[in-house]
Amino acid sequence: MNFNLSEEQGQIRDSIARFVAENYAFDQRNAVVAMEHGFSAEHWQQFAELGWLSIPFAEEQGGFGGGPVDTMVLMQEFGRGLVAEPYLATVLLFGGLLQAGGSPEMQDEYLPRIIAGELQGAFAYLERQSRYEMTDILTRAQLKGDEWILNGEKTVVLNGGAAQKLIVAARSSGEQDDETGITLFVVDTGSAGIERIVFRMTDGQEAANIAFKDVIAEAVVGAVGDGYALMTPVVDGARLAICANALGAMEALNAQTLEYCKTREQFGVAIGSFQALQHRMVDMFGACENVKSLLYRAVCAAQENSADARRSLLALKVMTGRAGRLIGGEAIQLHGGMGMTDELSVGFYVKCLMIINTLFGDADYHQQLFSEHVNAPAR
Amino acid sequence: MDTRLSEEDLAFQTEVRQFLKEAWDEKLAATCNNRATMKEGVVEWQKRLYHKGWMAPHWPVEHGGTHWSVTQSFIYNSERAAAGAPEAVAFGVTMVASVIIAYGSDEQKAKFLPRILKSEDWWCQGYSEPGAGSDLASLKTRADREGDEYVINGSKIWTTYAQYADWIFCLVRTDSSGRKQEGITFLLMDMKTPGITVRPIITIDGFHHLNEVFFDNVRVPIENRIGEEGKGWTYAKSLLVQERLSIAEVADSKRGLSQLREEARREVNGGKSLLDNPLFAKRLADVEIDLMALEYTELRALASIAEGNEPGPESSLLKLQGTEIQQAIQELRMDVAAYYSGTLQGDLSAEELGHNFADGAQKLYFRGRAASIYGGSNEVQKNITAKYVLGL
Repeated sequence: MNFNLSEEQGQIRDSIARFVAENYAFDQRNAVVAMEHGFSAEHWQQFAELGWLSIPFAEEQGGFGGGPVDTMVLMQEFGRGLVAEPYLATVLLFGGLLQAGGSPEMQDEYLPRIIAGELQGAFAYLERQSRYEMTDILTRAQLKGDEWILNGEKTVVLNGGAAQKLIVAARSSGEQDDETGITLFVVDTGSAGIERIVFRMTDGQEAANIAFKDVIAEAVVGAVGDGYALMTPVVDGARLAICANALGAMEALNAQTLEYCKTREQFGVAIGSFQALQHRMVDMFGACENVKSLLYRAVCAAQENSADARRSLLALKVMTGRAGRLIGGEAIQLHGGMGMTDELSVGFYVKCLMIINTLFGDADYHQQLFSEHVNAPAR
Repeated sequence: MDTRLSEEDLAFQTEVRQFLKEAWDEKLAATCNNRATMKEGVVEWQKRLYHKGWMAPHWPVEHGGTHWSVTQSFIYNSERAAAGAPEAVAFGVTMVASVIIAYGSDEQKAKFLPRILKSEDWWCQGYSEPGAGSDLASLKTRADREGDEYVINGSKIWTTYAQYADWIFCLVRTDSSGRKQEGITFLLMDMKTPGITVRPIITIDGFHHLNEVFFDNVRVPIENRIGEEGKGWTYAKSLLVQERLSIAEVADSKRGLSQLREEARREVNGGKSLLDNPLFAKRLADVEIDLMALEYTELRALASIAEGNEPGPESSLLKLQGTEIQQAIQELRMDVAAYYSGTLQGDLSAEELGHNFADGAQKLYFRGRAASIYGGSNEVQKNITAKYVLGL
């Protein structure tokens, strides 16, 4: 039993930490987020050159062949630095779905371009009515001749503004909430009949609502009607990744809050000497340790494909949401008036944690799934 | 990162299960669970552990330890708890032994360790005093040197199982001139020494675990002193870390939680299982998720100790979170038992009373309130974490 990183994983961590130190100071990050699409194309090229965009892809596809631990290390460091580039949308979701279900031709066409930093992608799965149910899909896909035609609307598509290609989850058969009958399609965002409404999220990233009117899909990913089974493990991997991202943000936020309490003086002493504040900071520390423990647990279980994998993942997502609320709220409170301003990164970290809580289902949603899973009678 | 069990680990797991099946039988469980025969049962269980060579896994091998890996300790403890078998009583094998091994003389090691290993001596802990609780270092029990002896006067309180004990390890004051942490000495005393008296304290769960111990001109030979005079606080602190690690009781909480779930499944209210009550299910899941996290926090700490790092202040977080989880499980158990949480079964059978598991739900709740007080109250653990982990 060990919880150590390999030498290679340590190198990934160090190289990202160096990148963050050089490129992601407070003012630098603000400048990045203010750019078109909310990130730096130059950074993205650097990620490609450093090999980071290849990490989750198989070696035969030109990738690094990394596993859940490698992705965890990378996303945790990104979270610590509040890195804004769309790694989740393009690499983990768009690229991850192609790797999981794309035909060899499709993989040959797209994966090298993702790894080279030439292609931005996104995964369009949400709709106005769906809240957290990924099966709740009304967008229709109809086969006409040998072409699939899409009609409907996908909402809050992360990186939907910059994406050149989308993977769209649409209903090729069945009823609104059925798990079967969902099919994944590759769609070019320049296709006729697409209308995009692009907006920003509170954490600075760009998202889009995308309407489809008789849009011709480029290709089907995986088998027709099996899209839900295809996306579930990819989304589970993304859940692990965003929890790692959140952990990095929590660690940074705790460190920053601690530093502030050690230096900020009131009543003639550092406010960190007050027991009422110390106990709150211990609670923040404990919450962060809980997330770290469940992350290690869930990542190891995923890597080892153990029987505990699903339970651990659900527990992790619950804890990440709850701990994020606690740590975020306390960090603002302990920073006092300064915590209310846009002049410190505190608020930006908290926004990042809030967004992560909502992704793929919030803490309550996952807690309900957790209860259903663990309370099911033993078979 | 790797949490897989090796072939060797799996073989060890089989061995542990086999041992538990043979050594932890229903008769012994009944003896341990009856308060009149508890000591007898626990000593018998510990002797069975000794014969297997598993009484003191964490000790150095030359004194009788097993040299288990972190994974093997985890496997043993999980299997032990799942079978419902108790841990060895901590005061001897875990607490005083760790101090004797680290700071005791060769003579002390030779005299005390084998008797602890064979459960020939029952130990108790003389730390708290009526005027020294969370502020342990302000203790006042005096030890005055007279020739080759110390003469002890004062009293200790909250002394668990002193009524069973053959020996007590005590913190006593040999010097009051400096800082309160200085001038404390660590002494071992035979409970049969003239001048020691024990007064029972009955607690809100109706049991007699606790005592007050009085020392009236008790004469203790200086060879019963651990290490140097006046250095007792340093030795005591290392022991406190061990104590906190043993208080977290993760494996036992796991068993408690899975029993709780099955009890809740069988309880039906208005035609629906309690597990289908969303309010109850929410609280149950809260505890389970916290426990799953704590289990890995403990494994991370143990893995770090196995790599040669000192067990340190992170033990405070384990104690804090572990006891909160224990208390949450006890509360849920009371809620599952409903009216029956308030009944006293006495000599009635479960059939006569009308319920088969409720007895003791409230008693366990009341007993469990102690967990956030002993071993350094949870508020003190927060102070320790703030100071030594967060650097405040």
